[in-house]
Amino acid sequence: MQAAVHKSAALVVRGLRKSYGDVVAVDGLDLDVGAQECFGLLGPNGAGKTTTIEICEGLVDRDSGDVEMLGRTWEQDPKALRQRIGISLQETQLSDKLTVRETLALFRSFYEHPHDVSHVLAQVQLEEKANARISTLSGGQKQRLAVACALIGDPELLFLDEPTTGLDPQSRRQMWDVIDKFRASGHSIVLTTHYMDEAERLCDRIAIVDHGRVIARGTPRELIASLGAEQMIEFASEGTAAIDLGELRQLEGIIDARLDAGTYSLQAKELHRAVPALLAYLASRGAPLTELKTHSATLEDVFVSLTGRHLRDE
Amino acid sequence: MSETREPRRTPRTWRDAQIVQLTLVRFREFLREPEALFWVFIFPVLLTAGLGLAFRSKPVDTATVAVVTADIHAPPHVGELLTRSKSVVVRPMTVDSAMEALRTGRVALIAIEDLGGRISYRYDPARDESRTARLIVDDALQHAAGRVEPVATSDDYVTAPGSRYVDFLVPGLLGMNLLGSGVWGLGFAMVDLRRKRLLKRLIATPMSRPQFFASFLISRLVVLSFEVIALVGFGVLVFHVPLRGSLWSLLFIAVFGALSFSGLGLLVGTRAKTVEAVSGLANAIMLPMWVLSGTFFSASHFPDVMQPFVRALPLTAVNDALRANMLQGASLGAVMPQLGVIAFWVVACYAVALKLFRWR
Repeated sequence: MQAAVHKSAALVVRGLRKSYGDVVAVDGLDLDVGAQECFGLLGPNGAGKTTTIEICEGLVDRDSGDVEMLGRTWEQDPKALRQRIGISLQETQLSDKLTVRETLALFRSFYEHPHDVSHVLAQVQLEEKANARISTLSGGQKQRLAVACALIGDPELLFLDEPTTGLDPQSRRQMWDVIDKFRASGHSIVLTTHYMDEAERLCDRIAIVDHGRVIARGTPRELIASLGAEQMIEFASEGTAAIDLGELRQLEGIIDARLDAGTYSLQAKELHRAVPALLAYLASRGAPLTELKTHSATLEDVFVSLTGRHLRDE
Repeated sequence: MSETREPRRTPRTWRDAQIVQLTLVRFREFLREPEALFWVFIFPVLLTAGLGLAFRSKPVDTATVAVVTADIHAPPHVGELLTRSKSVVVRPMTVDSAMEALRTGRVALIAIEDLGGRISYRYDPARDESRTARLIVDDALQHAAGRVEPVATSDDYVTAPGSRYVDFLVPGLLGMNLLGSGVWGLGFAMVDLRRKRLLKRLIATPMSRPQFFASFLISRLVVLSFEVIALVGFGVLVFHVPLRGSLWSLLFIAVFGALSFSGLGLLVGTRAKTVEAVSGLANAIMLPMWVLSGTFFSASHFPDVMQPFVRALPLTAVNDALRANMLQGASLGAVMPQLGVIAFWVVACYAVALKLFRWR
């Protein structure tokens, strides 16, 4: 049985499929999440991340495929699994009329070996808001409370669906701190996000998901290295007609080139060779630069190179 | 690291039990919603007060009579005799104003005394009230003038208070109120939880589903005891509505009825995703029952063909059982048919609702 093979794995998914009518949401997806690992599902909206995570959480039925976590399946022992995992859903509105402490006391009562409310309040930095009604909390505070509700049962595996979507930068950093603390306690996390910086910052390993499939997987460093380019060059020019993408790709130090909404984007290996070569080429074509930028390659560039689209396009 | 892995844990007490926490949440949400408090407690009392005042009945055997004397300056002989009777209210008037008062219903009868001391009564024989007044006034007059009854009689009333409209009204309003708070209480709460995706969040925890539903019923039952006390207490204190049956039986009927109404509420809230949808469903269920189930007037007014349908409605059963208990002092055994109808609705509603219930 697979249970024996993946004894140390937090989550194993094989050949997962799910359709809603004619729409294929998840199309043969495999995942392996190790113990003590923070694993990220990165992809644009509508890629099938939420369907995947909700099937793993036992909230949505799958059409086919296997899901096993903490050595068990939902069919074998749903009650034990519910005790051992923590879940934060997208778009849950907790009851406005209750206080933070009352809400956590409610969720605490469902678990056999829960944390104290005060312990979790400290974990998510909401001690000062303990007796405040939820209606008075900011978006970031509400989101941290939602994560606190997932943490109160002392889970071994934590699922976070888009934990920072819609939050301001400061609230996002606070949420990252909360997630870091949970990782430090030695448990596993599966999170979905469409922010590449979040995935890079938080995740040990990432699966890039598009159209219900994993199109690339690895550590953030491995994925970026797979581009074969450490640097990205973006430029705009007045003489677009004179510039040929095929010729750009032949330039020294340039690996790939694409044109996207009037901006050229080049993957480069050695910036100190690529930039002079580019400038010389543009001069020979009589195409003056109007803009030139370079940055280190990111997961966003990986996604663009794999799909031709940006993460936030959809 | 050791600090996060082995945090201090407080031992569990009864307050940490999920049924306690779930029920506490229900109470907190109810008490922190001032409008709900108004509709459940204040509104029915105001409605009873309003209707009770509008339809208050005068003592049954009192007649209001206009007395007209031929000589306005002479002391009214008839009036003097009549004022000795407690059953007669005397209003001395001129002929014109007496006719006006008769037409507008302020008096039921005119008694005219001529110069010779003869009395003539003027009234419309088609009016029950006037015919009764004629008998009462004549009887009081003859008696006061010294008539000795040839046969000794005495009155032994069997249906005095308890037959007024307000006596009929209070049990009906109680039934209607239990229906409203049951259907709204559960139906609205379920849709609200589903709309906020809290139901989905709750089943993502190891929460016990039976205890989740039980918490709604427990909070309903506690709130309903206060509803019964507020409405019945008001009726008894202000309108002297009788409580002839046992209070425990009354509470039992109320609790059992409320259970079936909560079942209807759960049924209404099994699948609806919006407040609009649940409002429409709730009104579609409640409006026909307000009309048909004998809340404001007796359900027996409906044609015989409709009676089996009317009798099968849960609100009819609850209203009939409450009235039998409060007004006739009926035991639980005597309202078995009504309890049977309620039991059917309890079983049917919960069976269907729990089967169809959607958590997302």
